[in-house]
Amino acid sequence: MKERLQELKEEALRKVDAADGIQQLKDVRVEYLGKKGPITEVLRGMGKLSKEERPVIGQLANEVREDIAQAIEVKQTGLEEAALEEQLEAESLDVTLPGRPVQVGGPHLLTSIVEEIEDLFIGMGFEIKEGPEVESDYYNFEALNLPKGHPARDMQDSFYVTEELLMRTHTSPVQARTMGLKNGSEPVKMICPGKVYRRDTDDATHSHQFTQIEGLLVDKDVRMSDLKGVLNAFAKQMFGAERDIRLRPSFFPFTEPSVEMDISCKVCGGAGCSVCKGTGWIEILGAGMVHPNVLEMAGYDPKEYSGFAFGMGPERIAMLKYGVDDIRNFYINDQRFLKQYHKA
Amino acid sequence: MLVSLNWLNDYINVRDYEPDELAEIITKTGIEVESVEPVAEKATGVVVGHVVSCEQHPNADKLSLCQIDVGEGVLQIVCGAPNIAEGQKVAVAAPGAVLPGNFKIKKTKLRGEESNGMVCSLQELGVDEKDVPKEYQDGIYVFPEDVQAGDDAISLLNLDDIIIELGLTPNRADCLSMAGVAYEVAAALGREYELIAEKVEEGSEKAESLVSVEVEDPEANPYYGAFILKDVTVGPSPLWIQNRLTAAGIRPINNVVDITNYVLLEYGQPLHAFDFDRFGSDKVVTRRARDGEKITTLDDQERVLTRDHLVITNGDKAHAIAGVMGGAESEVQEDTNTILLEAAYFNPANVRQSAKDHGLRSEASTRFEKGVDPGRVERAGLRASELLREYAGATVLQGVVSYDQLDRSEKTIDVNTTKINNRLGTEITREEIASILERLQFPYEQSDEDFTISIPTRRGDVERFEDVLEEVARIYGYDNLPYTLPSGASQAGGLSLEQQLKRRVKAYFEGAGLDETITYSLTSEKQSTMLVSKEVAQQAAAPVKLAMPMSEDHSHLRLSVVPELLQSLAYNVARKQHNIAYYELGTVFISEESEVTKQPHEMLRASGALTGEWLSHPWQQEKKSVDFFVVKGIVEGLSDLLDIPMTFEKAKIEGMHPGRTANIMADGKIIGFIGQVHPKLQKEWGLKETYVFDLNAEKLFELYEKEEAFEAIPRFPSVSRDIALVVDEDVSAGDIKETILEAGSPLVKQVLVFDLYQGEHLSAGKKSLAYNLLYLDPERTLKDEEVESAHENILQSVKERHAAELRG
Ligand SMILES: [Zn+2]
Repeated sequence: MKERLQELKEEALRKVDAADGIQQLKDVRVEYLGKKGPITEVLRGMGKLSKEERPVIGQLANEVREDIAQAIEVKQTGLEEAALEEQLEAESLDVTLPGRPVQVGGPHLLTSIVEEIEDLFIGMGFEIKEGPEVESDYYNFEALNLPKGHPARDMQDSFYVTEELLMRTHTSPVQARTMGLKNGSEPVKMICPGKVYRRDTDDATHSHQFTQIEGLLVDKDVRMSDLKGVLNAFAKQMFGAERDIRLRPSFFPFTEPSVEMDISCKVCGGAGCSVCKGTGWIEILGAGMVHPNVLEMAGYDPKEYSGFAFGMGPERIAMLKYGVDDIRNFYINDQRFLKQYHKA
Repeated sequence: MLVSLNWLNDYINVRDYEPDELAEIITKTGIEVESVEPVAEKATGVVVGHVVSCEQHPNADKLSLCQIDVGEGVLQIVCGAPNIAEGQKVAVAAPGAVLPGNFKIKKTKLRGEESNGMVCSLQELGVDEKDVPKEYQDGIYVFPEDVQAGDDAISLLNLDDIIIELGLTPNRADCLSMAGVAYEVAAALGREYELIAEKVEEGSEKAESLVSVEVEDPEANPYYGAFILKDVTVGPSPLWIQNRLTAAGIRPINNVVDITNYVLLEYGQPLHAFDFDRFGSDKVVTRRARDGEKITTLDDQERVLTRDHLVITNGDKAHAIAGVMGGAESEVQEDTNTILLEAAYFNPANVRQSAKDHGLRSEASTRFEKGVDPGRVERAGLRASELLREYAGATVLQGVVSYDQLDRSEKTIDVNTTKINNRLGTEITREEIASILERLQFPYEQSDEDFTISIPTRRGDVERFEDVLEEVARIYGYDNLPYTLPSGASQAGGLSLEQQLKRRVKAYFEGAGLDETITYSLTSEKQSTMLVSKEVAQQAAAPVKLAMPMSEDHSHLRLSVVPELLQSLAYNVARKQHNIAYYELGTVFISEESEVTKQPHEMLRASGALTGEWLSHPWQQEKKSVDFFVVKGIVEGLSDLLDIPMTFEKAKIEGMHPGRTANIMADGKIIGFIGQVHPKLQKEWGLKETYVFDLNAEKLFELYEKEEAFEAIPRFPSVSRDIALVVDEDVSAGDIKETILEAGSPLVKQVLVFDLYQGEHLSAGKKSLAYNLLYLDPERTLKDEEVESAHENILQSVKERHAAELRG
């Protein structure tokens, strides 16, 4: 019987090996391991064996069954994998075909610049303040040391709504309003971005509406060197660590002393080129120490408090940083323009 | 202000600096140099030639054949200028000379005659057409008699000069004069300069015997000085005066006018010369004009005056608008013999008003408006008298007849070294401060750290400590300030909740596929009231309009951002960019008054406009145009983001598609609208189907509640059930959803439409809506019976309220 079992095993293993489909394998299983299979038959004939032989043959028969079953299983796994492989091969794609597009929008270039500047000054402990675009003559001019009839009002011819109301010509009135709320006793550290308006005919370099960001710091013992330090930190972060700044005397009615800040020209590194008109420097912003009249009008004692203020135009910065050559581009909203600067 | 370096160099040596270097120093210490330009393009080899003879060219009618002595010999030159004549001194470019444009002069033959050079016009020498005196505009330039053949014509004509243009800020009116510039440059370079004293040789006759001066309004006219000059010969002014005027951009006219202009440039004091005989009286009276009074000014314009304007009269008739322009009647003419020369101080505000009202901004009015130096008014009159005596043959009558209430006192300002350093963040020594004050020529008294400074009258802008601080700082040099950071108490800084929300909403729209735009707040009257959301229209009495708009396109403040977005869309579509999705967070301006008296309410809106394809994936045959539900989805996404429930109610809004428009509601109020733009309006803009939304962002931010506590994720499973209902066509899906939520409360948590069907198998006028319902009890697992009972309840309610039948 031993020989018979060995024979059966070898026969079955040969068939398992030869099977090239799941069905054939199933047939082998039924044929050898089924209730009517030859191994069962062998076991049935065990009655004729001696007591000593029975367990030996029984064990052998079980071993043979297990070996066949395991061989079938191994073979089956192999066949299944091959089948899956074949199926997946058939499902193959042309990965170079374009994907289903996802609509992606983006911010306006001016917003990117304004937010970059906001974040930079937030990092230095500034708050962001906003205010009305239709402003009173008082806050737009008078509170900023520009009384009626002041010649500097010409510098910024404005759109009046009534005699007392106008489209703000700068965001400085937000500073005056913010200072006014502090009862002349608390420090102020703020920047105010926003839209401003001037009587200009729109062309490549003028726009009747544009953007401004102004900053203000009022406290005891604020020094002009603090202004220089803050502006230097701003310029280096905004334009690059290799850029230098310089301050030049200037005039604004609401600051004294007043300066303009230039940064060294990126194109020529200061040697002079057409971008910087040969000077090596590019004008970026106006600044100064808050005029004592402005402090006084906002309720601060200029003997005790001092401060600095600065103002810049995001359009100008965008034009310098990204080579935009026509200010009208910011307001026409040509999709090709807008999309170009989504990564700015 | 245009500054001739040749002229400046007469006052203070600047030759040892390259012009660019000098410009840099001036810019850094005080005044921005806007440009450094040569007067004319470089020319060489041009000399004065004496026309010895001048005959008709034998072969050409319009040419002359001239023999010209150029010092080193006589040259035969063919000349085409109509004004050439024997005896003239002219500018000759001999062979070898180079004219502007790198034009090299060579020997040539013209119509058979040898020509050894060229007689030049000023234009050919590089002078700007507008600066060429009238008589030489169509021909060659003729020198005055007193030049020598062979002299360098370029230097005689000052064409080797360099002009630096100063960009003056309004406070630095002191530099509207060459003297002022010289003081400034002297301070910047640390050199010496002083305006030299006038030396007038006066005649024996006294001016006061001929004229008297009366001032009616001393505030408007605190000083009026009248000089009388007799026996004047009007003619061309000397070449050096002409050159200096030309360099400053003023065209020479005649010696009298040129001299008043010259002194204006030199001293910064405008003067006016009247023809005294034509002035018609022996009395100067300055007064405010009468309303309706008329004067014909030098430009031959008749001007109507008001009480706002100061006039110079002869006691009766106005002969000048003070500080602005003289009258035609008493203009200096060729036959003028006696001059009444005015040197006055007019109130800046008054001159400003007159100049503005009459649209006359001149070199004179600009200086008066900014305030002239009180210390130099009379001196300027003396200086002009001196020049008129020398160059117009005038006899200067003795003394100036004046009205004088002018304050010429010097302000004194106290400063302290420590205070200066504390404010600047510097460690400037008192010796350095003293030296800076000396450079500025500000007299001072010093006691240790303290300075008492007298401010010269020429620097009217220096009024208080901070002004001195600026003077010290700029001369000390801003480059020398240290970099420090503010030492005060630090605050956290950061964005307010509203500012954070603004950024989140922007990021949301951009993630949803919209590009941000920025449009103009000022729009046309028509556009200002278009496509306005109901709640805005209800609050706004009328759009806010500008008092004096510059154009009709930007005359009114917008009540809606939507029309501006449509304009942007139209701009793109007209340029063949058809698929556009834009949003803007922008302000609208709401005034409750039809005649504005107070600031309008500025309301932040979140608006969008979309047109064209929304999705296009051609090779998979997927393509979707923007439609109502694309846009609604974007709005609903925002509603989810901010966790502010919004509902949509069909609405009619002017300019919108009547069947595809809805008001958007939140917190029981209208907060905006959504829908398709009316096809008629679309057509006007050149747009295909276009959908828009407009939301009150201000209100949304108000309704937003920051999540304080976290809601636990439900631990028990939900049960999902579908339900298909047949209803009349006009029953809205939203209403049914409301009913389901209400009847299924509290177990139904979510209701989603997943199918809408109309047509076959349904009777006409009916539609089928299928919903998926989600039942959930956060506390426990739901039993089937509970769900069944709730479901029954729902079916009952929709049947009662909407006559809905379960679809079989
Ligand atoms: Zn450069």
